[in-house]
Amino acid sequence: QKYYHYVHLFLQVEQVRLLDRFSNKSVHGTLYLTATHLIFILHHHIASVEKLSLTTSGCPLVIQCRNFRVVHFVIQRERDCHDVYSSLLRLLRPVCYEELYAFSYNPKQNDQQREEGWQLIDLGAEFERMGVPCDQWQLTDVNRDYKVCETYPRDLYVPVTASKPIIVGSSKFRSKGRFPVLTYFYQEKKAAVCRCSQPLSGFSARCLEDESMLQAISKANHNSRFLYVMDTRPKLNALANRAAGKGYENEDNYSNIRFQFVGIENIHVMRSSLQKLLEVTGTRSLSMSDYLVGLESSGWLRHIKAIVDAAVFLTRAVTVEGASVLVHCSDGWDRTAQVCALGALLMDPYYRTIKGFMVLIEKDWISFGHKFADRCDQLDGDPKEVSPIFTQFLECVWQLTEQFPQAFEFSEWFLLQIHEHVHSCQYGNFLGNNQRQREELQLRERTHSLWAFLMSEKRNHLNPFYSPAYSEAHPVLEPSTLPYHFKFWRSMYHQFDRSMHPRQSILKTILTLKENSRKAESTLQALESVSTLLHIPPATSRLPHSGSEEDEQEEVGEEATESTDTERTVEGSSGTESRKQSYGELEGTYNSDLVKEEPAVVSLEFGVARMTC
Amino acid sequence: MSTEIMEFAELIKTPRVDGVVLHRPFMPTVEGTLCLTGHHLILSSRQDNTEELWLLHSNIDSIEKRFVGSLGHITVKCKDLRVIQLEITGMEECLNIASSIEALSTLDLVSLMYPFFYRPMFEVIEDGWNSFLPQNAFKDLESMTDEWRLSEVNKDFSLCPSYPPLVAVPKDFDDETLKKVATFRHGGRFPVLSYYHKKNGMVMMRAGQPLTGTNGRRCKEDEKLINATLRPGKRGYIIDTRAINVAQQAKARGGGFELEANYPQWRRIHKAIERYNVLQESLIKLVEACNDQSHSMDRWLSKLEASNWQTNVKEILTTACLAAQCIDREGASVLVHGTEGTDSTLQVTSLAQIILDPGCRTVKGFQSLVEREWLQAGHPFQQRCAQSAFSNSKPRHEAPVFLLFLDCVWQILRQFPCSFEFNESFLVLLFEHAYASQFGTFLGNSAAERARLCLPEKTVSLWSWVNRPQELERLTNPLYEPNSLVIWPSVAPQSLLLWEGVFLRWNRSSKCLDEAYEEMVHIIEYNKELQTKVNSLRRQLAQLETEDPLLHTP
Repeated sequence: QKYYHYVHLFLQVEQVRLLDRFSNKSVHGTLYLTATHLIFILHHHIASVEKLSLTTSGCPLVIQCRNFRVVHFVIQRERDCHDVYSSLLRLLRPVCYEELYAFSYNPKQNDQQREEGWQLIDLGAEFERMGVPCDQWQLTDVNRDYKVCETYPRDLYVPVTASKPIIVGSSKFRSKGRFPVLTYFYQEKKAAVCRCSQPLSGFSARCLEDESMLQAISKANHNSRFLYVMDTRPKLNALANRAAGKGYENEDNYSNIRFQFVGIENIHVMRSSLQKLLEVTGTRSLSMSDYLVGLESSGWLRHIKAIVDAAVFLTRAVTVEGASVLVHCSDGWDRTAQVCALGALLMDPYYRTIKGFMVLIEKDWISFGHKFADRCDQLDGDPKEVSPIFTQFLECVWQLTEQFPQAFEFSEWFLLQIHEHVHSCQYGNFLGNNQRQREELQLRERTHSLWAFLMSEKRNHLNPFYSPAYSEAHPVLEPSTLPYHFKFWRSMYHQFDRSMHPRQSILKTILTLKENSRKAESTLQALESVSTLLHIPPATSRLPHSGSEEDEQEEVGEEATESTDTERTVEGSSGTESRKQSYGELEGTYNSDLVKEEPAVVSLEFGVARMTC
Repeated sequence: MSTEIMEFAELIKTPRVDGVVLHRPFMPTVEGTLCLTGHHLILSSRQDNTEELWLLHSNIDSIEKRFVGSLGHITVKCKDLRVIQLEITGMEECLNIASSIEALSTLDLVSLMYPFFYRPMFEVIEDGWNSFLPQNAFKDLESMTDEWRLSEVNKDFSLCPSYPPLVAVPKDFDDETLKKVATFRHGGRFPVLSYYHKKNGMVMMRAGQPLTGTNGRRCKEDEKLINATLRPGKRGYIIDTRAINVAQQAKARGGGFELEANYPQWRRIHKAIERYNVLQESLIKLVEACNDQSHSMDRWLSKLEASNWQTNVKEILTTACLAAQCIDREGASVLVHGTEGTDSTLQVTSLAQIILDPGCRTVKGFQSLVEREWLQAGHPFQQRCAQSAFSNSKPRHEAPVFLLFLDCVWQILRQFPCSFEFNESFLVLLFEHAYASQFGTFLGNSAAERARLCLPEKTVSLWSWVNRPQELERLTNPLYEPNSLVIWPSVAPQSLLLWEGVFLRWNRSSKCLDEAYEEMVHIIEYNKELQTKVNSLRRQLAQLETEDPLLHTP
């Protein structure tokens, strides 16, 4: 209770059982409801609440969270259950941004610290790092006041030869005014990756300014005679759009373009695909066959592969052929963001570092107007606008980390943490749909930046196998996209189903070892300086071992060994305790004494989703 | 011997061809001279820096040939699932080579196998043939309990041809009783001790199916024998690795299962583990799926599902967990059998031991387990591993029973990566050698056959080679920390993975993964080195302090 003395308690229900969703285990506790949390599960994580029919032991309440946690409560009295249920329904439907947690979250920082957090990522500096502006590309102020395109950022980079009339003309010919702009510049070949939305070509319309715009992009690259135009949609979708006065570029009207469809499905297909996947994986006592059939019929991995395939195509065009590429889909903020960001990640080792990955998300997702508010359902909005586009991007990155274990500075924990906070609404970064909206909300003044928090936690997110030398030797990644390289991301979709994960983690063990080595290095340094003072020969000329094994263990240094040891014991023993009924047949025959009680506080890997029972 | 060599000479129509081009996935093309010997296919480029190919004929599962003009292409598909291509100019040469390889790779006679000709190029430190003798294993048991004895009733293999000469049985049962029990069990496989759980004194036994037949024959001695392992007032579990209907059908052929009426103290559980021809089919389909390069996700997943391989892994692992659970959690003794008791039974008993007994998770312990629960226990390796996934001939007794066991071990290893002294390479090595080897360990189908073939005298044991420091270093898990606990794996489908190290081994470049593994080894070794240095310095300083009390370290 002491945790909540300073917040307004909506509800408190005693004697609630929390069930494990894959075994018959349960724990008892008290359920608290506050304005922003349900016993430390953020309201905002909750995707749906379901009240099941009454059972003998009480009234069940199932809560599905956006971080793929599924919580199953049993509340003794039906009335309490109904109270919790209806309160949750009310709390889950914020109508304005100010109700979101980010506006009340206070990490005890002063204004200056907050401001520094927001200054961590500087996109102007990022374009400079790529080598822009340069003789062919310049910064344009055409969108300074969001007049040309309100979903784009203020600062945009275009070919030097693209005059204002061309830009404005082109923007009028593009869906939502999202005209072609630079998103990544591959300095080595002077090839550009540009992004935009679909042209309003219908069946025959053309626009000279738009054609000049593409011409200008093409001409800005002397290495290639043509420009690739990648339409990331399936051809059928693009054709259908023509009837609505939209569509795709006609190769006859644009000189020197090579047009290519890629075939990534739209947000609605992706939404239902994930839903199917979660239905399958959420089944109790799932058979292997149903699992694999479900994995296939959900289509999820097929979609993931399509996105990676597109990014590989983009990367080859730029790095091998040295051609510039213009990427678009319909509005240019979903599939386009996925492909551009993933392509850049393959081309540039910087984006595979922790800081670089933040910059990449800031650039291709946040600033270019991926509609986080709509896609992640931040406010009570249109359910048809919700779609796991960004989750897919994170998963694509994870699939790549599996193929290239040494190429990324961060581990999957970093990806999971980002995913967590895209949905938690605890930080301001992902609120709203575009930069203009964010400025109106004064997020920089009123909320905190996730990047600063993640930076301060950097050590937890490091990949111990990361090798900068590897990146130097392999600046461009060439992943294989054969189907068997794509795996089900258990750590994401079963993040909170602890019984499904390996009981010992190589990642954790190696991270701890590295940390130990770091400490030992400084200890050694200190000891060596002492021994130099005392004229002892350096440690390399070892003395014969005098102490027994036990002595040695003790002398290693308390902090150094402790963490590994406790970790291992916990892992091993939890392995024995929590597999109670998973093998079937013997259900109900257990002596309950044999089953160890779960600890009173279940704390999970990540800060936000902590549960106190 | 000379007649045998003559025989090889007759089979080799062309001993060598120049200008042969070798294609292997993810490896550079090699051009060189192809030589055929009695046991090897050798391709050597005669350049110092390129690797030679030495391939045992017995590793070849099937070959295919086709011609483009006079250029012949031979595709060699190996039992270790590797596929290589040879380009040979000249139709006659190519045909000769192809038919020679075909003849040499399908030699059936055991005594012509390479292990009988192989002479070790290394010094044998410890003869593997003597490393895991039953009498030594029994000594460990004796230190824990006096309820069991080692019986010599099968010393001439007459009672049970598939059992070893020495077996552990309850102390109070004399050999005469055992003889009676043997007549009641399939293949004479009377219940013997497989594992003794030190923690609570419970045991796991294995046997062949009881020969109850359709009229419900019973054998009082059999009932008494297994009842002798029960604690007063406690029930035991019989795990039948067949589905109930399969067990029912077995009655018509004289087999059957223990009836409740005759075994009131036992609860029987049926678990459906597939039998050998179904498993072979499963392997063939899986490997076909892995080699399908059609790039479609749906096709891959549906083929993977249709192969049923992962289902088999899950079923076997689940049954092993169940057996382990009965022993460790229920505190009950367990009897495991299927039909013959030489396949699924051994998968279950050996995996249960991996889960329960930390000793089995060491390099030596695992070798001992393979020796005890597979080789001595009479798994017919030679029949089961005669052909692998690419065989064109109709399977007779082939089945990847042992490979499935190794796959299950790998799954547990993945879930407890710090609890095993050996690494994945060790498991892959055992898979390779079970199918084709220069060592005699996996030859023959039983202890009796191995004795008849005089393998310990005429061949080298795989363990003699493996248990040398230079090999062990490669096969040891750098993350290993002894874990004395029982390790319960998750058997949820989401937790079980395709064993890429075997099934995608030749279909992907492992460079990135290998380098990451190297990095891991490096991190661990560096840490050890640092700790040693710190300790040694601390000790020196401490010593100085005691020697010279005037000295104070800051």
